[in-house]
Order: sequence, then structure tokens, then C-alpha cells
Amino acid sequence: MTTPVSLRRRASVGSRLAQGGFRTAMLVSLFLAIGTLVALLAQVTVNGWPRLNSQLFTAFPSSRPERAGAQSAIFGTIWVMGVVAFTCIPVGVSAAIYLEEYADRSRWYNRVIELNIQNLAAVPAIVYGILGLAFLVRGIPKLGPTVLAAGLTLSLLVLPVVIIASREAIRAVPSSLREGSLSLGATQWQTVSRQVVPAALPGIATGTILAMSRAIGEAAPLLLLGALTFVTFNPDGLDSPFTVMPVQIFNWISRPQDEFRVLAAAAIVVLLGLLLAMNAAAIWLRNHYRREW
Amino acid sequence: MTQSTRQEPSTPVTQPPDHTLVHVDVPAAASADTQHQPVVLDLKDMSVSYGSFKAVRDVTLDFRSRQITALIGPSGCGKTTVLRSLNRMHDLVPGARVQGSVRYHGVDLYQPGVDPVEVRRRIGMVFQKPNPFPKSIYDNVAYGPRVGKLDVNMDDCVEEALRRAALWDEVKDRLKTLAMELSGGQQQRLCIARAVAAQPEVILMDEPCSALDPVATMRIEDLMQELKADYTIVIVTHNMQQAARVSDRTAFFTAEVDTTADRRTGMLVEFDRTDVIFTNPADPRTENYVSGRFG
Repeated sequence: MTTPVSLRRRASVGSRLAQGGFRTAMLVSLFLAIGTLVALLAQVTVNGWPRLNSQLFTAFPSSRPERAGAQSAIFGTIWVMGVVAFTCIPVGVSAAIYLEEYADRSRWYNRVIELNIQNLAAVPAIVYGILGLAFLVRGIPKLGPTVLAAGLTLSLLVLPVVIIASREAIRAVPSSLREGSLSLGATQWQTVSRQVVPAALPGIATGTILAMSRAIGEAAPLLLLGALTFVTFNPDGLDSPFTVMPVQIFNWISRPQDEFRVLAAAAIVVLLGLLLAMNAAAIWLRNHYRREW
Repeated sequence: MTQSTRQEPSTPVTQPPDHTLVHVDVPAAASADTQHQPVVLDLKDMSVSYGSFKAVRDVTLDFRSRQITALIGPSGCGKTTVLRSLNRMHDLVPGARVQGSVRYHGVDLYQPGVDPVEVRRRIGMVFQKPNPFPKSIYDNVAYGPRVGKLDVNMDDCVEEALRRAALWDEVKDRLKTLAMELSGGQQQRLCIARAVAAQPEVILMDEPCSALDPVATMRIEDLMQELKADYTIVIVTHNMQQAARVSDRTAFFTAEVDTTADRRTGMLVEFDRTDVIFTNPADPRTENYVSGRFG
């Protein structure tokens, strides 16, 4: 049967052209953005291909490029990230629990805290480096340029991210769950620890993984703190000097020999691979445990 | 609304002159023996305010052991507010204030020194929308005894609670599966089992069947009659016929509208045996409501 006149497409030619034009513009922007990223990744991989082998992981930095590897940087990254995880996650999640479940919003100090967490997340990383240098490396704790100082500084850097993500996850837990728990005679703490936090765990895990993936790529604050750029040993304790992957890459790029640039590209590929794996884990966690409330 | 065929022979509906009542069957057994059970909870001149706004005022009621008391009335007249004041759920709302006296076995629930957690262990609640925890069926039912640190054999306790909620046969082979996978009616029975497992004395039910289909509703009403033998039950319901079917005593609420502030304050109109409320109420407002003229 023929389409009734009133149901036929009403849009004028002009409006349809505008719609089509807009769609084209959006697609072009998308391809530009992704294309740039893909091109960069491709170039780095092509550049670093010759040195993407096990020597990168087994050898230590050397003044001779053909003997150099990044083992000290890889282990340094692992040590520093370990300190970050152990300090930042408990503190951040506890702060989020306090702010969401226990804090009385009418008190002025709680409102001040809320406001400032957002501000802290936006502070440039190098400022945290200065903070770490002044108060951790040289100040009262006199930690010196060690793994512990680096871990604590990065921990402070990503703490606001963990707090904000955890708060969102806790807030997403419906109040019917809390009411159900309390009505059965559970205390506030039992409700939080047995119902709210387990229910919010996927969101909290996703937030912490994203926070760590930010910390892993930071070079500027650690350079300021005193990460060494030529380290031929792995860290042997929290009080050990160290280097991390981004700093090692920075060092190799500034060397005159071209071979070092190939090494740097290879290290970049490794770092990016690690970042990609962490983000993929965060996305998988979020999707797998997503609940329909 | 059609009546189910499972009811016992009813008392004849009396027809006062000038009024036609909607035909409501009040089972004879439900209205017997309402004055002789001991009082468990009593309210005297109770009112609840949120900030400066009074949500419900001057409520004087009592709830007796081994009886079902229904709170009925149109929307927004404070029935749920009164119910939630019985187990100190208003503590969760900042700015909520309960005035007057709410006594449980003679003890004022709102005096300083009373722990709301202990109150809630003795006075349990089932909510309008089933809210099982995102855990297994077993862990849902075991939650109450675990947080209350009850000294019981957990497997036996869970089985007994599920039997009392008429859910055991349906789930006994899958206790470790997620509670969220049950149907709506099963989830609500699970919530009842959960409340029962905590071994309260009183069970409050806030419109427990409003989110359920008629078959599930009927099963839960049958369940209430069985539970009545061991618990004090208070139920808020929008469904008049349900109140007539299930309860021993009924309290009818209405709302006063404050036109200047555009707010409604709830108040208790009449409180009596169910058969009296539905066949021969004293207050004309009650009569108008149960005869379907408004609400």
C-alpha cells in the first residue's frame, strides 16, 4: 500500500543536508582523533621494533646502547607502584566511606573537605613533586630520594582520583540496600562493611586501576624528587634509590646516540602495553560486575 | 473487585439506612478475640515532623500480640510515617523528629540511652518493593542472625525461616544461587524469611503486596495469617479489601490539607476492630472511605 501523505517524510532538503553534514563533520573529527593516536602508536612501534626483545627486560642501562636494557626501570616502577597501591587504596577508600556514610554534611569542615578534593585532583603533577621534595625527601621525615618518598608522593597525586571514583561507586548503591540491612538490626558499620562496600567494589576497583594507570606514567614529579637517570641496580628496599620507566625513557631520548632512541621507543611500547592492559582490566571489571539495580 | 473463594463464611453485611457499602467479606474468625491479647507497642499523642513541617499528628494507637493491625487511608496521610517511627527508621532522615510517646513493652523507644540497633532487632520490617541483598538466598536469610550474633545453628535457622515464609520447597535445592534471580513474589517471601530469621517480636509490613501480582499477593496474605500465631504484625496497605481480609484491627488515617502552605498533615480518624470499621464505622469520613466514595 502506498504511504499515507501525512506519514511521509516532512523534512526539507535543507534540513536533511544539515543533518548529513553534521554527521560527516562528527565522523571526520572522530577519525582525526583516533587516526592521530594510531599513527603515533604505529610510528613508535616501528621505531622500537629492533629492540623489542628480551634484552630490554634482562639488561641494565649502560653507556653502550647495544648492551642497554630497562630492567632497573621496570623493577623500579613495580616497587614504586607497590608503595602507591598500599598507601593510596586504603586511605582513599576509607576517606570515601567516611565522606559518604558517616560525615554530617551540615558541618562546615565536611563541606570544605568535599570542595577541596575536586581542587586537588586538578593540581599539576609537578606541584606534587615540589611538595614531596620539600616535605618528604628533605623535610622532617628526611626520607631522601627513595622508593618510599616516590611512592608517597605519587600516592598523594592520585588520592583525589581514588576518593572521587570510590564516592561515586558508594553513592550508586541504592538506599534500599542500606535500609534492608539496618532494619534487620545491623549497625552502621556492619551495613557499610557487609553490604555497601561489597556492592560498590567493582566501581572502586575500576577507579583505583585508573588512578594507578595515571601514576605509572608520571615523570616530572619523580625527576624533581630525585629519581636517578642512570641506575644499574634494582631497588632492594623502600629506602633504596630508584628509577622508573618514564624517567628512563626521558633519559634515553636525551642521549646523542640514535640507537638510544630506538631503545626509548621500545620502552615506550612496553609502558603503553602495560597501560593498555591496566585499562582493559578496569573496563572488564566494570562490565562484568555491572549490576542492574 | 472480585473476592477470592477461599474465605470462610462471612458475617452478613449490615446496611445502615441511606448508605450503600461496597460488599466486603469480613471473615468471622478474624474479628474474634481482639481485646484480650497483651499490648506490645503503644503510641500516645505521637507526631512526626520533618523540620518545621508536621507530617502526622496526634496518633494514639496500640498494637497487640498475635494480631494483625492494619493502617489504611488515602495516599499521603502518614501511614508509612507512623510505621517507620515504630522501629526508629526516621533516625536515617536528618531533620526528622518524633514527639509524643512510642512505647515497646512500656519502654519509651525514643528516650536517650535506647540503642536503635537493639530496637530494630526486636521490631523487623518488610518493605514495599522487595529488596533482597545481592548475595545468595542462604546469605540473605542468614544475615539477620549473623549481624545480631545469634547463637543458632545457621542451617536450621535458615531452613526454619524459609519454611515459615512458605519458600523452602521452592528454593531448597538452590540455596547458594543469587537471590536476585527469584521472581518478585519469591523475593518478597525471601524478605519475609529474612525478617523472621532475625527472631523479632514484631514484624512491620509497608504495603508488602503492592508490587506483586494477585497470585503472589494471595500467598503472602495466607502467610500473614500463619505468622500471626507467633508475631505481632502491623501492616500498611492501600488495598481496603486486603485490610478487611487479613487484619484483626484497623486504623483509618486521613490528611488535613493546609491550603496556605499547600501541605498535608496526617491524622488518625478511627481505630477499632476490623469488622466494625468496615461494617459500622463511627466516623463519617471512615464510612466514606470504606464505601469507596473517595481515596
